[in-house]
Amino acid sequence: MFNFNEVLETISMVEREHLDIRTITMGISTLPCIRGTAEETAKSVYDLVCKKAEKIVPVAEELSKEYGIPIVNKRVSVTPASIICAPFPEKSALIGKALDDAAKTVGIDFLGGYSALVHKGTADYEKKFIESIPEVLASTDKLCSSVNIGSSKSGINMDAVALMGKIIKKTAQATADKGGYGCAKLVVFCNAVEDNPFHGVGESDTVINVGVSGPGVVQHAIEAIPEANLTDLSEMIKRTAFKITRTGQLIAREAAKRLGAQFGIVDLSLAPTPARGDSVAQILEEMGLESVGTHGTTACLAMLNDAVKKGGVMASSRVGGLSGAFIPVSEDIGMIEAAEKGNINIDKLEAMTAVCSVGLDMIAVPGDTSESTISAIIADEAAIGMINNKTTAVRVIPVPGKGVGEQINFGGLLGRAPIMAVHNQSSNKFIARGGLIPAPIHSNKN
Amino acid sequence: MRAVVTVIGKDKTGIIAKVSTFLAEKGVNILDISQTILDEYFAMLMLVDLSGASDKLAALSEECAEMGKKIGMSIHLQHEDIFNAMHSV
Repeated sequence: MFNFNEVLETISMVEREHLDIRTITMGISTLPCIRGTAEETAKSVYDLVCKKAEKIVPVAEELSKEYGIPIVNKRVSVTPASIICAPFPEKSALIGKALDDAAKTVGIDFLGGYSALVHKGTADYEKKFIESIPEVLASTDKLCSSVNIGSSKSGINMDAVALMGKIIKKTAQATADKGGYGCAKLVVFCNAVEDNPFHGVGESDTVINVGVSGPGVVQHAIEAIPEANLTDLSEMIKRTAFKITRTGQLIAREAAKRLGAQFGIVDLSLAPTPARGDSVAQILEEMGLESVGTHGTTACLAMLNDAVKKGGVMASSRVGGLSGAFIPVSEDIGMIEAAEKGNINIDKLEAMTAVCSVGLDMIAVPGDTSESTISAIIADEAAIGMINNKTTAVRVIPVPGKGVGEQINFGGLLGRAPIMAVHNQSSNKFIARGGLIPAPIHSNKN
Repeated sequence: MRAVVTVIGKDKTGIIAKVSTFLAEKGVNILDISQTILDEYFAMLMLVDLSGASDKLAALSEECAEMGKKIGMSIHLQHEDIFNAMHSV
């Protein structure tokens, strides 16, 4: 028979502490869809995604009821679309529309993979593909896009960095009626991972990846030991992460079995939502900071991120994705409030990204931020990723017509973001140089 | 297939009777019961076998939650593996 307290602990994690399965993602290889024309390829992509992902929503709902745990987002990721668009890059938008239509037909929340990998150089077809992103994101709903512009092995493609500054601005303009919402669906990466939420060419044809989340559970565990030193706190976070991840592992295996797909990885994400008590910032504050953003924030986040990984790795046979603590500003009530009070700024966030899961995420900046400043923000972030052998990313929204002191509300899980100040001094000449920042010396391991 | 039923709420007369009658009507066999009062709250844990159940686990889970609302209790029916996964190495 089960232990009473353990059963009640599990129920309390879900009911009061927002434990959930954040994502079930089906990775689908679309390489077999390439046909002689863009029109035929688009139809083939639509048919494949609809067929493979047909049951993902009902299966997720069934699992949610059976195990008594919410499953928040059902997603599909596909092979980077620039590859299948390579023969007809000027018609990339057709593929984007087909993917979005398929996402709507199967009823998923997001479809990722309108993406290009240009970390070592930008092929002509990739440049054309990337130039289609603003229009495609403005005319679709579920489709998400990403561009990998650097890696520890290859260096940083600064021509692509310069291009992405322009693309982000254009995407914001193309979706100006929604506050630049298109930029919330566009991420620029360094060291993008291949498994989740992406589907690299080295992956199997159909894979199920699961992301778990429970910042509230970790916060609650820390609250329970207010006098503990940091060693004991780290142990407590590890134990909690273990429990959270085991749930993800269970759901991932079961979902893969029912959907006839390979079990891919569990993504050990500590990802917040705008709900109170589901915040990574509040965990850091519970650790002893008056406000997230003050001195000590980076150290607290480093310990949290590491403890989550240690607990999670023990709990799952396969770990991957962007595993770690996420710090998206608009999606975390603690971050939003700290930003509103001026307690956190973009420079501190950049430092934090050196020790946590991804990067500068869901940050609203003034609409008149220049292309080269956005490119320079990307370059800084990519440099942190390249040198430290970790994934970093930039998802900033230059909100058209808005400035510091105002805010943008995207609603739902994307939350609201106070517009953050950027440095006003120009980075124009640096970005205009172009070329490649060479890979660091420690990339030479062969 | 086995599941865990938890019943939590303000203590009153007839909770066990109502819950076990409901489960019997659904063909759910009770294997083990543990019940206590925690801070004036009634708390019951049941291990049940669903092999003869009239409905699937997902449907039973919803019906239990619904039944709980009627009698003013919080009732969960969950696959036992969620607890095994979380609390055993």
